[in-house]
Amino acid sequence: MPDFPARLLVAEDNRVNRLLLMRSVELLGYSVDSADNGRAALERLKSGEFDLVLLDMEMPELDGFEVLQRMLADRDLRDIPVIVTSALEGLAEVVRCIELGADDFLRKPVNASLLKARIASSLEKKRLRDQHRELARRFATEEVAQDVEQSGFALGGRHVHGAAMFSDIRGFTTLAESQPPQETIELLNSYYTLMFDAITAQGGVVNQMVGDGLMAIFGAPLPLEEPSLRAVRAALDMQEMIRGFNEDRQAQNKPPVQIGVGIATGEMIAGYTGTNRRATYTCVGDAVNVAARLENHTKAIGRGIAVDAATHAAVRGRIPLERMGSVALKGKSAPTEVYAI
Amino acid sequence: MKTIDENVFRELQESAGADFVQELLATFVEEAPLALSELRRSWEAGRAAEFRRAAHSLKSNALAFGAEELASRARDLETGGLPGDGAALEELQAAYESAVAALKELARA
Repeated sequence: MPDFPARLLVAEDNRVNRLLLMRSVELLGYSVDSADNGRAALERLKSGEFDLVLLDMEMPELDGFEVLQRMLADRDLRDIPVIVTSALEGLAEVVRCIELGADDFLRKPVNASLLKARIASSLEKKRLRDQHRELARRFATEEVAQDVEQSGFALGGRHVHGAAMFSDIRGFTTLAESQPPQETIELLNSYYTLMFDAITAQGGVVNQMVGDGLMAIFGAPLPLEEPSLRAVRAALDMQEMIRGFNEDRQAQNKPPVQIGVGIATGEMIAGYTGTNRRATYTCVGDAVNVAARLENHTKAIGRGIAVDAATHAAVRGRIPLERMGSVALKGKSAPTEVYAI
Repeated sequence: MKTIDENVFRELQESAGADFVQELLATFVEEAPLALSELRRSWEAGRAAEFRRAAHSLKSNALAFGAEELASRARDLETGGLPGDGAALEELQAAYESAVAALKELARA
């Protein structure tokens, strides 16, 4: 019996070959299903129920090469391991299969021992890839993990135009001192879950969590349309989520929490900083500094969301913002105009 | 060249089970005539791609059972393009019939 149960799809138009291959796969202890042409194979694969496909290269309608190409181009199918089976005579075809993303190649008639070994090997590779991916996602957002996967990791940055957002829980330190540590962690986890949802729903990327402080970027690593508008909408959703959260807390006789959100728009430098062994994805620049200061300023003006002039200009007419005047923010020589919701 | 490579056939019976191979042989006997007539039709109509596909199909199945001679002839047709006359097709038909007779014998044993 195999180490890991798996469901395989046999794509083969020749009935004798199909039956024989299915039988071999079943005898190895895997569950198996079949498709007798390329188009049907792709449809079945889209269902997401298969861990690996044994693909014949010469099926009618859509041949094996086309199936490989389509799988490569499809985000849902790209990661399904493919073992090509063929009675093709030429080496060029084999090379082409591998270039199109096939994991392995088995010549027909398929030798049972080879089949066993190659299936196990491909499934193991996939398992490791999935594990690796999950690990990356645990410590980085989806977008950053994908960026690293696609572009590779390199220390360094590039200019982006976007919006930076900071948020934290008001009076968090006092709150933490007044309750058991477990409750503080639970509160933080609930807060993060809600903030994450609100931010990622608007295309933002949470890139730092330090204590109760959270930093998010709209516009990097992947470009975003209307980053300022998305950031402000996310901030509104975040406040809405906190309101709902507080209702729950009240029902449990727990004190409500308040958050402050600061948003600034402009040019930033985004990239991986740190060392080659330990790095983080982050943004630096004026907009980032201003966003952090604005978040801090929300206390002083008694508002939940504070944004800079550039953000206001980007969302004017679509989100009502109140001009709060100018304020001297730490680290900036010229006063900064502040707008609030 | 042998009609059937017995080692291949016995190996097939061992790995897939003798009963299963019996059924598979029955399936082959159903499918192969279809491929043979497709071969003839496409030859007569001059359709090289379909001719090649039918030959390939027969070769592939022949190999699975260890039917060496049949596989070899099918391979020749697969890679040789449309033949000038029908002689090769007659020979293929004969090879098929010999192979099936031999396989049925082996399956019974």
